Amino acid sequence: MNSTLAILAVLDGISYAALVFLVSVGLSLIFGVLRVVNVAHGSFYAFGAYLAATFSLAVAPLSPWLTYPALVAASIVIGVVCGGLIERFLLRPLYGRDDVLQLLITFAAFMIMDNLQRLIWGVQPIFANEPLKLLPNISVFGVNYTSYQVLLLPCVALLTLIGLRYFLRRTLAGAVIMAVTEDREAATAIGIDAKRVYFVTFIIGASFAALGGALALPTTSLVPGMGADMIVLSFAVAATAGLGQIEGTAVTALMIGLARAFIIYTQPEFEVLVPYLLMVLVLLVRPFGLFGATQLRKI
Amino acid sequence: MQFLKTALAAGVTTAMLAGPVLAQGKPAEIKIGITTFLSGPASVFGVPGKAAAEMIAEDINKKGGIGGVPVKLSFVDEGAGGEALVSNYRRMVQDEKVDATFASISSGSCNQLVPVAEDLKVMNFMWDCGAASILETKKYRYNFRTQANGTPEMLAVLVYLLKMKPDFKTIAVVNQDYAWGRESWEIFSTALKAMKPDVQVVAELFPKFGAPDYSTEVSRLLALRPDVVLTTSWGGDLDTLVRQAGQRGLLQQSAFVLAIGESSIQRLGKDLPEGLIVGARGDHWFLHPEKKNDAAFKAFNEAFKAKTGSWPIYPVYHMAQAFSALQAAYDKAIKANGGNWPSHEQVVDAAAGTEFATGFGRPVTLRVEDNQGLEAQLVGITKAVPGYDFKVLDNMMVFDPRAITTPPGMRSVEWLKTLKPEFVKMEVPTFRH
Repeated sequence: MNSTLAILAVLDGISYAALVFLVSVGLSLIFGVLRVVNVAHGSFYAFGAYLAATFSLAVAPLSPWLTYPALVAASIVIGVVCGGLIERFLLRPLYGRDDVLQLLITFAAFMIMDNLQRLIWGVQPIFANEPLKLLPNISVFGVNYTSYQVLLLPCVALLTLIGLRYFLRRTLAGAVIMAVTEDREAATAIGIDAKRVYFVTFIIGASFAALGGALALPTTSLVPGMGADMIVLSFAVAATAGLGQIEGTAVTALMIGLARAFIIYTQPEFEVLVPYLLMVLVLLVRPFGLFGATQLRKI
Repeated sequence: MQFLKTALAAGVTTAMLAGPVLAQGKPAEIKIGITTFLSGPASVFGVPGKAAAEMIAEDINKKGGIGGVPVKLSFVDEGAGGEALVSNYRRMVQDEKVDATFASISSGSCNQLVPVAEDLKVMNFMWDCGAASILETKKYRYNFRTQANGTPEMLAVLVYLLKMKPDFKTIAVVNQDYAWGRESWEIFSTALKAMKPDVQVVAELFPKFGAPDYSTEVSRLLALRPDVVLTTSWGGDLDTLVRQAGQRGLLQQSAFVLAIGESSIQRLGKDLPEGLIVGARGDHWFLHPEKKNDAAFKAFNEAFKAKTGSWPIYPVYHMAQAFSALQAAYDKAIKANGGNWPSHEQVVDAAAGTEFATGFGRPVTLRVEDNQGLEAQLVGITKAVPGYDFKVLDNMMVFDPRAITTPPGMRSVEWLKTLKPEFVKMEVPTFRH
């Protein structure tokens, strides 16, 4: 592979990693705070994409630029409504019980949402690429790229990472979340409403998944089953990084994105294996993930 | 008293003799069990297929049924897959006691269900699956394929490409990474090597089935600059690939061949440019050049559009073919049985070698040697015309199935290796839009 192709592969890898990070970070955040492995996370991604399509197609005739706020609005609506309802009515009664119950209940939510998705939006592929068409193409060594994919998506991912870091480490609300994450009992003893923290964190995590779906919309076709594919990849990223590790998720998404791009350029038949091969290799050496730490178990 | 005894004995004897005759009488209904995708990505084919089945069954029943007997449908979701699909299929045959089954869309499902149908001795029409190997490796009595298979479908597209663009030197493929993507490329590349050995394959890309992003594949193809890019992808995957390739200029740089792209044309709308080669998995096209002025053809298409919001695509016509084959088999069996209602085995006997007119394309024959359907193939090139907000097909060639289907008793790949460059020179009628 020559240097020109290597640069092209880096651009492709960064673009792919940006979307993967946005979805995986929500999953990682929810696990970090609530200790819930949320199987319904892929459904938030799919619902975010479908609702963004509905909003975009509705506002595009007024002004194509309105499709950008439509993407964000769809993410927030899905995060608040779907995320809020699932946390309040399905997960909250199960806190403190066996982890398997949480896994089963989020799986049930995933199955229900998968069917709801078909009921609401049907089975035919849906596409709405107005946001992408508004931005120009960029030529790199004679190869066209959409600036939406190689500039906008990585910028959004970077801003999300910086924003989350700032929020969790520099604001009072973030400090409250971190306190509950560190020790729920101690945090509750000093007057922090842990239930409220869980509720808000779940909504934020669900909104990130929905934002990933909404931002994917302009580049892809929405089809039944898209949520299931994304949840598998998100788990691979979050587990490789170490569940609950925000910065680790960013680094892992980048690693997987770049590895996948270089493999497609050199040995494309191994493309599907890349994320999972990386995950296995990392977990064999570091069972708690690249950035995870061994934790004490309370008995 | 003696008279009464005699009359009673005569009555009992008559009733005993009449028993078997009544059993051969017309049933209350012909039950048809259909497997189709109602969930998952392939529901883009399965749901229109189901809608077509319901429309056609309603129409048959309005006209008095098959041989005067109405049809009744039951459906099984192929999306369940694996053991669940086999269990549901068995339940349909053994508990619901269906008279015939139409199974399935996926070649994987067909591979699973064909031996089951044979065991259960139920007449099964493979109504949409394309793997050629199923009927090439074993002779079945109860299983028939009411349409073509992947070999003539790919060969027609290749011959069309070689006729339209005879001087290309390089080709790349982007197929979904599953059985159809791999097998269709094996068929295409084997035939290409036999007919035009100087062509260089510069990339073989098999992205994950259901991949949401083809950016890296598009970048690589933009850098490689192949003369031709082939894809046998379908559904949302094909839509995404075409759109991403179009946004970045790849569709303009290389000649694109969408080997089974007919089903995506309407969805792609204005995003599909002119000049792309598109195959139809049969001679199906809602503007079929030999049928477009036929009143029944137009009425069916318009009724389907009114019901579903879209013009029919190939699985719709494949479903119609399965019904036509069933009707033809029953009609033939009734005739052979002197007008009496035939037994199940007599219907199976009649199905072998049957030629049936679908009304939607050229007639199809169920080849007697291997029960493989001989179905014509339509290939065309995209063109913008007034009146449609999507591209239609122009320069359509309709291939005779006898010229492009693997001869009975041969494996497709072995037969394809025997093809010569002269094969391309076959006479094929061409039609303008």
